[in-house]
Amino acid sequence: MTTAPAVTSARGTLAVRIENLCRHYRMGETLIRAVDGVSVEIRAGEFVALLGSSGSGKSSVLNLIAGLDRPTSGSVVVQDRDLAKLSREELAKYRLHVVGMVFQSFNLIASMTLAENVELPLRFAEVDRSQRADLARGALERVGLRARMDHRPSELSGGEQQRAALARALINRPQLLLADEPTGNLDSHTGIEIMDMVRQFNRELGMTVVMVTHERALAERYAQRMIFLADGKLIDDRTNNDRTNSDRVGTAAVADLRESGGRL
Amino acid sequence: MKIPDLTELALRNLRESLLRNSLTTVGISVGVASLVAMLSLGIGLQQLFSRRLAKSGLFDTVLVTSRRDVRGMGRDRDDRDRTTPAESRVLDEAARQEIERLPNVLEAYPDIRFPTELRYDDKPHLTMISALPSSAKSNEAFEGMQGSFFSSDTAAEVILQKTFAEELVGKSPARGVDEVNVADLAKPLLGQQLTMLYSQRAPSSTPALAPATGAGASAGEDLIGASYSVVSRELKLKIVGICDQDPESMRGPTRGKVFLPLKLAQSLHVMQPTDLREVSRAGSDQPVYSSVSVRVKNPAQVQLVEDAVKKMGFGTFSILDASRGLQLVFRVLYAFLFIFGSLALIVSCIGIVNTLVMAILERRREIGIMKAIGASDGDVKKLFFAEAGAMGILGGIVGVVLGWAIGQLINFGTNIWLKSQSFPPEHFWAVPWWLVALAIGFSFLVSLVSGLYPAGRAARLDPVQALRYE
Repeated sequence: MTTAPAVTSARGTLAVRIENLCRHYRMGETLIRAVDGVSVEIRAGEFVALLGSSGSGKSSVLNLIAGLDRPTSGSVVVQDRDLAKLSREELAKYRLHVVGMVFQSFNLIASMTLAENVELPLRFAEVDRSQRADLARGALERVGLRARMDHRPSELSGGEQQRAALARALINRPQLLLADEPTGNLDSHTGIEIMDMVRQFNRELGMTVVMVTHERALAERYAQRMIFLADGKLIDDRTNNDRTNSDRVGTAAVADLRESGGRL
Repeated sequence: MKIPDLTELALRNLRESLLRNSLTTVGISVGVASLVAMLSLGIGLQQLFSRRLAKSGLFDTVLVTSRRDVRGMGRDRDDRDRTTPAESRVLDEAARQEIERLPNVLEAYPDIRFPTELRYDDKPHLTMISALPSSAKSNEAFEGMQGSFFSSDTAAEVILQKTFAEELVGKSPARGVDEVNVADLAKPLLGQQLTMLYSQRAPSSTPALAPATGAGASAGEDLIGASYSVVSRELKLKIVGICDQDPESMRGPTRGKVFLPLKLAQSLHVMQPTDLREVSRAGSDQPVYSSVSVRVKNPAQVQLVEDAVKKMGFGTFSILDASRGLQLVFRVLYAFLFIFGSLALIVSCIGIVNTLVMAILERRREIGIMKAIGASDGDVKKLFFAEAGAMGILGGIVGVVLGWAIGQLINFGTNIWLKSQSFPPEHFWAVPWWLVALAIGFSFLVSLVSGLYPAGRAARLDPVQALRYE
């Protein structure tokens, strides 16, 4: 298995191309068009928010980009890979090396300590044990959880769990960070803490971020671009111009990064 | 995923549902224990039979005769058709030594048996004398013997078979009544003297004349004049033992009633019935044996030794055919014990399937998470396989110990019972190393097979649905 390349995609090149994407489910007699003919292009290094009410199909689009699901028709091309044409094995490798995922409910494995959770993707990537421990420690340090690495998720607050999930998502140095309502289970203060971190990774590491949210305020504050979905269809795609507030936070993040020596 | 990681994760997952997985493992242990118990009983019984049969001397003995003698006696029918007289050889001392050097042969000793007259209390008794090698001491026929075995291989001592002893004291058991107690016979006879009258074959000083045929062994008469003469002799013998059983039951009518030490019997150069037949080709002073008994190391090697001896140009006879039937019985017994022993293991495999299917349901979300962060179908499948395998190996090890303990317990109990029935204790339970390896290996294999379905099911889980699962 190849190890993950460092984030190299130059800003502005095409990272994700979605063409006429459809995902239909059959529920008994009725056909549910969760995603219905969506076409979008996302550039490398962009921070995109997918917005919509529940059932609008935003999570389905995210799952299709993540390679967790396969389209009924249309295509998702990520860095020249057409995900619909990959085998199950190739999709697993794609998820392992190209994508990092963060979920609303954190999705840490309850029986494992934070360090074990964070290094789990490295086990699948068959990275050596000693290297694994170093990387996990480094990633947890990055999200400020070095001291809690031997705790189990249940012993931590929601914010801490989501930070651990972020550390896990970044451990393989993915080019694409996909976040599904990352602040949905957090209070607003903790949510901002998490979002600041996400933006830090987006800005400093050039990581493309696609975030699903139903909180328009959050999207406006952090995302460069907002894509609105309703009933599986794309209804609006606009660039975010209100960046004053976010720039201030961004400067603080850069200062943070300088203090830590610019390492992830 | 690498194997150490896989093992570590599997063991961790097993520990997470400790009670359920322990119960499943106990189920496997019971299955393996029953398999081990059944098979070790089978093996133990076979070893017991083999030991007893080996002691009886029936199954590890090959009787070697010159083909000339065998012919017409109705033995070795298939050989008779194949052999030409040119292939047959003289069964002399050189041939005996050659046979003794064959692989798997413990010893080859000449059969010395002759009918002769014994005097006891001045009364003559005609009987069959037979010589025994010192190794015959371990024959089970002498286990319940009164008195003792020969003090040496050349001692002027005899052991009597019970029926002859009865004849000497003039007793015969009444029909329907309990047999005469050997101990009662021994009291008046042990330590007493017998006189044996026999004809000695002595080298002749007179030159060889034409071979004569008429035989009659009278004292001092130069009978044949071919290459030896026959001299009448007397020998005083001390009765040292009386045996209840018949050590030569295989011999039929020619079996001995009175036994001499082999070396002593050889030194006597007793004229034997077969000597006359050998006269026509007797070219040396070396004695020619009517037959040689060959003791084989293991009843299983009897066939090999028989084949080797036949190749040398002799006729052979053994109770191999009977033992072959016995081997078949044991094979069938093994098969049955294996099937019945495996039944419990198969039942416990259903337990493994059940446990793992439950684990998939419980850990559905976890499987979804693993897939979302990059686990392949193969990784998930291997993980469940590893869990099944780990339960199999653990269950196998515990099961072997359990099976061994059950065996010891039953052996112990049975020996108490045997003792109460005044039988000697026996070891009829055997757990050889290969059975330990086989049981653990089989348990591992069966567990992996049980893991096939759950592992496949876990691997096929749709990650989106699995992640939605609460």
